[in-house]
Amino acid sequence: MNDFTIRKVSRRRFLVSMGSAGAGLTLGVYLPGAAAQDQSADGATSLLEDGAFAPNAFVRVGVDNTVKVMIKHLEMGQGTYTGLCTVVAEEMDASWEQVVPAPAPADASRYNNLLWGPSQGTGGSTAMANSFEQLRNAGAAARHMLVAAAAERWGIAPDKITVSAGKVSAGALSATFGELAEAAAEQPVPEEVALKDPADFVFIGQSFPRKDSGKTDGTAIFTQDINLPGMLTAVVAHPPRFGGRVASFDDVAARAVNGVEDVVQVANGVAVVARDFWSAKTGRDALEITWDDSAALSGSTESMMAEYREMAETDGIDARNDGDVDAALSSADTVLELDFEFPFLAHAAMEPLNCVVRVDADGCEVWNGEQMHTGDQMALAALLGIDVPRVKINMLYAGGSFGRRANPAADYVLEAAMIAKTRPGTPVKLVWTREDDTRGGYYRPMHFHRVRAALDADGQPLAWQQSIVGQSIVAGTPFEPFMVKDGVDVTMVEGAVNQPYAVPNFNLQVHNARSPVPVLWWRSVGSTHTAFVCESVIDELALAAGADPVEYRMGLLADHPRHQGVLALAAEKAGWGTPLPEGRARGVAVHESFNSYVAQVAEVTVGADGSFSVDRVVCAVDCGIAVNPDVIRAQMEGGIGFGLSPALLSEITFADGQVVQSNFHDYQVIRIEHMPEVEVHIVPSAEPPTGVGEPGTPVIAPAVANALRAATGQRLTRMPFRLAS
Amino acid sequence: MAVTLTINGNEHTLDVADDMPLLWAIRDHAGLTGTKFGCGLALCGACTVHLDGNPIRSCSTPVSAVAGGNITTIEGLNSKAAAAVQAAWQKLDVVQCGYCQSGQIMSATALLAGNSDPDDADIDAAMNGNICRCSTYVRIRAAIKEAARSLA
Ligand code: FES
Ligand code: FES
Repeated sequence: MNDFTIRKVSRRRFLVSMGSAGAGLTLGVYLPGAAAQDQSADGATSLLEDGAFAPNAFVRVGVDNTVKVMIKHLEMGQGTYTGLCTVVAEEMDASWEQVVPAPAPADASRYNNLLWGPSQGTGGSTAMANSFEQLRNAGAAARHMLVAAAAERWGIAPDKITVSAGKVSAGALSATFGELAEAAAEQPVPEEVALKDPADFVFIGQSFPRKDSGKTDGTAIFTQDINLPGMLTAVVAHPPRFGGRVASFDDVAARAVNGVEDVVQVANGVAVVARDFWSAKTGRDALEITWDDSAALSGSTESMMAEYREMAETDGIDARNDGDVDAALSSADTVLELDFEFPFLAHAAMEPLNCVVRVDADGCEVWNGEQMHTGDQMALAALLGIDVPRVKINMLYAGGSFGRRANPAADYVLEAAMIAKTRPGTPVKLVWTREDDTRGGYYRPMHFHRVRAALDADGQPLAWQQSIVGQSIVAGTPFEPFMVKDGVDVTMVEGAVNQPYAVPNFNLQVHNARSPVPVLWWRSVGSTHTAFVCESVIDELALAAGADPVEYRMGLLADHPRHQGVLALAAEKAGWGTPLPEGRARGVAVHESFNSYVAQVAEVTVGADGSFSVDRVVCAVDCGIAVNPDVIRAQMEGGIGFGLSPALLSEITFADGQVVQSNFHDYQVIRIEHMPEVEVHIVPSAEPPTGVGEPGTPVIAPAVANALRAATGQRLTRMPFRLAS
Repeated sequence: MAVTLTINGNEHTLDVADDMPLLWAIRDHAGLTGTKFGCGLALCGACTVHLDGNPIRSCSTPVSAVAGGNITTIEGLNSKAAAAVQAAWQKLDVVQCGYCQSGQIMSATALLAGNSDPDDADIDAAMNGNICRCSTYVRIRAAIKEAARSLA
């Protein structure tokens, strides 16, 4: 999801101040196109305070001296509440304690993702990248108006006033933001505000503690924790094969379960609605359903992969073509040929999918770890036949997502609404079990890559031909018009089409496979497979050239200084080239995704029996200005762990058209025993900040594979890795 | 069918079936939502609570098996070890999405209650049943050591 052009965020904006009714005086700051429709004719703020659709600001200063930062992005662990609050605190010179994040409502007219056009949502590691300038302006404008209010009150010039840690002062005079809020709201709105010189930053670049509170004492509320008066819980029986449908069902036994209230058929199965989860699940398990599998998936992973291999033999669609790769390969003495296989992967967020929906005469209200506000609003509006603004969404914390909650098909959200629609006025919590979640599809697509590459007489890459076979993620979704270009899904080729190494003859082709298996973006999307192939192939070429893998890469990255920067830093900090104990080896990989650059050096220990462990990872990251270094470190640690799961353990496979795995015993993910020591180094930078949620993930698998290659001579080309003993 | 449970020192008489897992009695009937559902099969640790001080997986423990015992959930933690664990978790900013963390903290607290100076192997053994999909493991390890130091 990173291939949108980064547009310069307009600095033109207009700001509107307002008085307040009821709950306290607020200072609202608006950005382009935001305010006009939300203000009633007299500028009163009843709309704002009624809690319905329009809190209507990024920054709100309360008379209680809180600075509320409206967060338009989902907090799913990546630290966006902390990062976005940091930016506002910086430009306002607030105190960290007074800054409080608050989830913004679903309203694309004000809270759109500036890198997604007119759509609100979170993904592609864009939260900071699209918000940085927007929130700096919002914070600076708020500060400007507070200062103006103080200047007027004290009868002095604004430039005699300083602001620090939430205190506005001039000599012996001082006031808190809260004391000035009402007066500030009366101030004229600045046309243009000056932003801080980065040299004066006091928050940005420091590691202030996280703002997503309640996560160590059980008080944080996730979708799973919503409990509304009269709420019922639904559990759904889904078809055992993708593409299957309900032929008929017998619900007598299900309805006899104590606590079961109703059984309703929905688009993709049969739902049991009950007073609590356990009754609903017991009822669901008692359903007798006959499935119509006439249009369902019938094959196995092996049969699908065999088809992919055949497709790779045919002519694909060119995604990039430099020089004459066929001529160069046929003239080469030796051609390196490598095939790579990648399985489907489930996101398996810790919080299984769930959603609470109430449908009534006024519209529809949703409680959800909401990652794609506008898409889900539109899908719900279409389902219910209502206008988009009638869909109110309460964005809650998500217990992970890794892309799964950003589904253009809105699958689980629509499912919840289909059930809720049958009981107007009653909130319904749809809960997927872990098994439902593991088998529910929208996987990282399976892929096959074939690469043929050759060196010139000097050991430099001469030719590189790569074919990718896989399912398009965005085909058939609203994203298709701008994310599929000439038949090439940008999410399939990202990381390959822009591979950074200097290769005079380079050709990349794609083959679009089709299947009833629903697929979706999975933390770092295309780079989950393209980075592995690129970094494995370049490593093999370095070995073929008899060169050191770090030096070889450095030489081919002359036009990519930020790649070089992280690579050099990771190598230096890892002690690249220094001796290691017997059985231990290092591997390296470097990759850019979502405009952030990451290099990792992995150290592995291999046993005589083919077992191995990943012991230590040294990671260097360049994500522009490091807004909160500790959050960046945490995301690198987490991204490494997330990428290690498929490298070591996870895969979704099919047999007889059915998903084989069901829960964490067979869809295994890393546990604490698998987690290496991780050391993270951040490249100092004055570039605009870019995301860190995803870019740590794609680098670890190739770094480990390259370390295993160094230790054993075996080139691993499929995940999870299995060494021959 | 009524079952009486002692949760965080309070008696709850709940109208639930004997075979309902403790997790759902705690969450859906006692209204305490800090204890999480992750897998339902004793595979992930998100649902960890203490029964008479020992960590158990509430998703796989029927209510009938714990009537008469003292159940402690994340909301009811009040030992010195627990306070040290929670303080260390905050000091090192362990959490990411946070969904697994009630279970992690329940397991870590039980570990420290029985072992005041755990090494890496002890930590791995005690915490291996608690999955964190955000992979906060590096910090979990460090925070347990930090908590142990603060208790020493
Ligand atoms: S929910 Fe109990 S161990 Fe996973
Ligand atoms: S913090 Fe997200 S699963 Fe552990």
